[in-house]
Amino acid sequence: MLTTVTAAAISYLLLGNGHGADDSLSTARTEPRPSETTDLPSVVSPKFAVSIRKPQGPPRVITGLKNADGTEVTIACVTCHTTRPPNHNNRTVKDLDEFHGGTVFSHGSVSCLSCHNERDYDTLRLADGSRVEFPDVMKLCAQCHGPQMKAYEHGAHGGMNGYWDLTRGPRTKNNCIDCHNPHAPQFPKMRPTFKPKDRFLEQPRTKH
Amino acid sequence: MIADDNSSPERQADTDKDWFLPVVDQPSTRRTALKTAGAALGLAAFGKAISPLWSIPENVSVDEFLQQHYKELSDNDKQKVFQRLEAEAKDAYGAEVTISDPKPIPGVRFGYAINLSKCNGNGACMEACNRENNHHRGVDQSYIRVLEMSKGSMDMEHGTTTYDHTVPQDDKFYMPVQCQQCENPPCVSACPIEATWQEDDGIVVVDYNWCIGCRYCEAACPYHARRFNWEQPEIPTDEVNPDQGYLSNRIRPQGVMEKCHFCLHRTREGRAPACLEACSTGARVFGDLNAPDSDINWVLKNKRVFVLKEELGTQPNFFYFFDS
Repeated sequence: MLTTVTAAAISYLLLGNGHGADDSLSTARTEPRPSETTDLPSVVSPKFAVSIRKPQGPPRVITGLKNADGTEVTIACVTCHTTRPPNHNNRTVKDLDEFHGGTVFSHGSVSCLSCHNERDYDTLRLADGSRVEFPDVMKLCAQCHGPQMKAYEHGAHGGMNGYWDLTRGPRTKNNCIDCHNPHAPQFPKMRPTFKPKDRFLEQPRTKH
Repeated sequence: MIADDNSSPERQADTDKDWFLPVVDQPSTRRTALKTAGAALGLAAFGKAISPLWSIPENVSVDEFLQQHYKELSDNDKQKVFQRLEAEAKDAYGAEVTISDPKPIPGVRFGYAINLSKCNGNGACMEACNRENNHHRGVDQSYIRVLEMSKGSMDMEHGTTTYDHTVPQDDKFYMPVQCQQCENPPCVSACPIEATWQEDDGIVVVDYNWCIGCRYCEAACPYHARRFNWEQPEIPTDEVNPDQGYLSNRIRPQGVMEKCHFCLHRTREGRAPACLEACSTGARVFGDLNAPDSDINWVLKNKRVFVLKEELGTQPNFFYFFDS
């Protein structure tokens, strides 16, 4: 008797879980991955596109030198990193004694090479070692920050601009790294700039 | 007393004058004199009390004075009213504005949610509201108040708006409060002249030209969401938002109530409210409660959601939630 009940409960739970998984899969199927929505508006659906801001490509490193016209000299990551073998002992910025010393780093216990691709420094790497381009950086973030990514896909994280109603117009959304510095992702502290002068708080401006 | 009264049958028969002015043609006793004085005083007081009705106030045109309630305006009337208001805006503010009255989208019920785990109290929403809705720049009016709250309390009455330091503070959370667009709005019930009402998409609106500024609605609102225009708004010409709605962000006259209208001149055309677009933390979620797969419904189904002052039974269409 007891075993029947338990088995029933387990099968119910399993079925329930399976159903949930199906749901999330179908959601994933009907809602294109953010990295794929940027390129083309959907042709089959009458809805406007949701486009996600993307970094142009790999970042450029500021060397500190100036060009003749006063502009900064910037170089690609691979300019140095093709000739220097990766050093797995360098885990955080503190370990670097030559370059990148000014970078602020506060991102849990991940090391540089958790995200930077030691085989091609102009790209990033996922946890399984596969390569991912800088414009697709959200794929990398989403590996660890699943709940945030899920909320993001449902408009509950990251904000938006444009149309709430996609049948009437397009929408643009931020990329993870638009708001979060990947090396120190905590949202920065801010200073409030605007305060309504509530009449309850101040002397009245006019006599009545 | 009764014997002294002029209702005795022989007096009535005497003259018709008694019927019209019972104090005329009476013996000049002290009582008659008192009655006469009393009647004169009464008439004078009544005249004084209704004197505002005899003349149109200086700052109100005849057309405006005779304008009907928004719901009773025909399309033709509306065009005339909108043209008049556009001309007034040009006159007073030097700005070319367009006034329209977008209707509720059929089948849509608006809902708004704020993620209190994300909001950091920087106040960008308040500023965006001020700019979008042609608020008085002199007092930096806004439909939103961001309350700084102590962690552990949900009592908005203990929140403060005057904080002036780096945000967020570790022991605080930040709760923007604006009109909750209640299903059961106490402000609407309080209005003695039906100048405010709930539209089909849930937005509670005000006819600024019908409002008499009694401020009963302000007192009735448990969220302190209504604002009174103490002064004629001051707005620099180049800052006037020309995209205006009759029931939303057109420049309000002095002495009337106003409130958050979910930017209906934007949202009824499918666009996001100004405060949402301005939010730098992405804490705001807006959408159609009637669409099962909308963002707002995902939040309601998947997050820990609460409404402000639930115990009052106002049933807000405005929600607050936390991430975990």
